[in-house]
Amino acid sequence: MTKKMYVARSPRIAARMLGEEMLVMSGQGSTLFTLNPTATILWQAADGSTPLDEIVERRICSEFEVKREEAMRDAEALAGDLAKHGILLISEQPITNPQTPLQEQAKP
Amino acid sequence: MSALMQEMSERALRLGVPFSAQIDLTYRCNEQCVHCYLDHDDHGEMTTVEIKHLLREMSEAGVFILTFSGGEIFLRKDFFEILEYARALTFCIKLKTNAVLIREAQAARLRDLSVASIQISIYSHRPEVHDAITKVKGSLQRSINAIRFLKSQGLKVIMANVLMTENMQDYGGVRALADELGAEYTLDPTITPKMDGDRTILDLNAGQSALQELFRDEMFVGNAEQFCAPPPPPDADSLASLPCSAGHTACYVSPYGEFYPCVQFPLSCGNVRHERFLDIWRNSEQLKEVRAIRLKDLSGCSECAHGATCTRCPGLAFMEGNMRGPSTADCEKSFARTGIPSVNLLAKKDKASPPRLVQIQIVPAIVGNRLSGIVNQPAL
Repeated sequence: MTKKMYVARSPRIAARMLGEEMLVMSGQGSTLFTLNPTATILWQAADGSTPLDEIVERRICSEFEVKREEAMRDAEALAGDLAKHGILLISEQPITNPQTPLQEQAKP
Repeated sequence: MSALMQEMSERALRLGVPFSAQIDLTYRCNEQCVHCYLDHDDHGEMTTVEIKHLLREMSEAGVFILTFSGGEIFLRKDFFEILEYARALTFCIKLKTNAVLIREAQAARLRDLSVASIQISIYSHRPEVHDAITKVKGSLQRSINAIRFLKSQGLKVIMANVLMTENMQDYGGVRALADELGAEYTLDPTITPKMDGDRTILDLNAGQSALQELFRDEMFVGNAEQFCAPPPPPDADSLASLPCSAGHTACYVSPYGEFYPCVQFPLSCGNVRHERFLDIWRNSEQLKEVRAIRLKDLSGCSECAHGATCTRCPGLAFMEGNMRGPSTADCEKSFARTGIPSVNLLAKKDKASPPRLVQIQIVPAIVGNRLSGIVNQPAL
């Protein structure tokens, strides 16, 4: 059985939507990235508790005309790339505190 | 600014997004700097709840780079609560502080919150000079200690060196201190009027000869010949360009909720206590007026040889009486850099001089060849 992959946004980044792209700055302003609309969907859905295959199924395959296997391959590659830059966390277990999604902490 | 950040700023401009903002959390301060433009009394600062509300509105409006400044930000007892909240909203946070209240614990907390940079005001490497400017004995040593704490946490520290008559000879020493501490260094030779319009502190501004010396110091300007070269006359693109980002992609909110285009541009556009941040950003008549201004609309500057290269601050021009007029402090910097007087300086000299049959031009040998872009020149 294939192991699940869980992804979570790093709490150390700064991020904002600008037009249709997500602007992400990693630790202390050292690197700036822009995510295209597909990567933005993946990144926004990376809540630490939803497995990557579910994100791909629900958020990517439902919105783009792409085969599930192909989308999964691309998503894994993208997640790995984002993790290398420290803007996404990857684990085989659900990712909880301290990687609780930041937006959840900022409710009034 | 990186190429990508520049591209994002340009995109924000096209989209009408307030890409960067500064909030002064307080005007209270634990230093009493001789050149400070603020009234340090508390006239009713925004509460924690009001600031959090503002942060949510700013996040929704698209603000990405958020600077917390003051006054001294660490005087607010809720500072870390506000900072945590802002980071949870994924702002890129920059701080401006004198750092006197930063110890190991505060530095570690700033690291945990992934603050992008901390800018610290340092006036001299000599305690007797720095402390005389801040009017707090021991303040230089405490700020240096703080820089060490912050650097030991791997944080980015920028030493900001405002130059004035009191410390004009010390910028080399401050730069060396920054190198020693592993901090970045930035220098600003402009003293600005007080926010209430009082201009007496402008007497602290470094004079022409000091500026000339500074602008020819290759440690700061790189190739001095290139830096001080006569400017090319403004072309059509320059004349259609924006004066600066104030009100276009940047804005400022005071501790009392007043919304200005920039911290140096005290044109009230609304108050976030009474209106939504985004409503002010989109609908303020004052901001619309600021946004309508192009170089070609500026009285004097549009015909000035320095038009395309001048560091003209629209806020300083506003405080001088006309947001479409010149900023004399910047005219003086352009003059110190190139030896070529601006249209504004020539007009001032003309006005100050008693009527004569033949007027004497400032540095005529240079002006004769290089001011081809200027009209209304006296006595050419």
